[in-house]
Amino acid sequence: MSEPHAHDNAAAHGEDEHHIVSWRVYLAIVLILLAATGTTAAVSYVDLGIFNAVVALAIGVTKATLVVLFFMHVKYSTKLTKLTVASGIFTFLVLIGMTLADYITRAWGNW
Amino acid sequence: MSDSQVIVHGAEKAGHHEHPSYQRHHFETTAQQFDATNFAMWIFLLTEIMFFGGLFMAYLIFRNWYYPAFVEGSHQLSMFWGTMNTTVLIVSSFTMAMGVWCAEKKLKNGLVWSLILTFLLGLGFLGIKSIEWTEKVEKHHVPGFHYSIQAFTNPASDPEVYKEYHDNPLPPDMAAHTQVYFFLYFAMTGMHALHMVIGVGILAVMIFLARAGAYTNGHFTFVENFGLYWHFVDIIWIFLYPLLYLISRHT
Repeated sequence: MSEPHAHDNAAAHGEDEHHIVSWRVYLAIVLILLAATGTTAAVSYVDLGIFNAVVALAIGVTKATLVVLFFMHVKYSTKLTKLTVASGIFTFLVLIGMTLADYITRAWGNW
Repeated sequence: MSDSQVIVHGAEKAGHHEHPSYQRHHFETTAQQFDATNFAMWIFLLTEIMFFGGLFMAYLIFRNWYYPAFVEGSHQLSMFWGTMNTTVLIVSSFTMAMGVWCAEKKLKNGLVWSLILTFLLGLGFLGIKSIEWTEKVEKHHVPGFHYSIQAFTNPASDPEVYKEYHDNPLPPDMAAHTQVYFFLYFAMTGMHALHMVIGVGILAVMIFLARAGAYTNGHFTFVENFGLYWHFVDIIWIFLYPLLYLISRHT
């Protein structure tokens, strides 16, 4: 990016061009994460059938995404880092997806 | 920063050799050095994703196969302690992020206190985990020789869990498969706890070094990369919590 980052970078120093994420961002994220934890715990007391698992995992994925983007600075990182993280998650999903596809379809046609 | 900026910066610096003492001579700039180290840390974390991924995969498949056993096994876990530990770990991720911020801003006292808080919260997590594990030992729910299926063949014999879930008795063969649930429970929370122990150990060393002035001289790469590790361990728990504690409460 050619222009300097908008927030909290005026006093940037050390490791050259490093972007410093504001403590306000960290505080906002941790409050969202705690609220999401309370929500997912509360929702688990309501019987939603199959959607209990869907909601719990959706909230989990949301929380993990916030941690990766802000606490782990991927949102402010180089393209190399973004590509590295994305390819890691992609490979993981391919492995999970293909393994599950195998196990789920093994009994097909046998009943 | 973008890659192009790094290149331009490198060209500008080429030709003279003035740079901070922590910049190694094979790097053009400290920014390039930081990016290279950061990249290496992420590659390490990808191998960790694959490692824990195998455990998650095993959990998904066995939960499908022995569904009733996994549901009633899960009912043995404490919602209170599980939610408490999730909270403790998220707050520790926040204090760690604040530590990174303090290091970047060269705030020595802030860094030391952030690391101490992260250290204490990490110990708190392990303390709560040990309370939960102790209960499993006492109830003979550790897979192996002394394992007891009584709470699953006769749920009413475990009144504290029974009054909350009213589980139906499992046939003995399915009840025996609750051992698979607890095997994965201990494997996953155990590997996670091992990562916490390693993290807490590194934090202890970092606290001493930070007190001596390390990381607040502009060279905060180690704090940043340790932060990545700590947040990664937090993310693993963010998925363990719903899978082990939450998704089997109604069925």
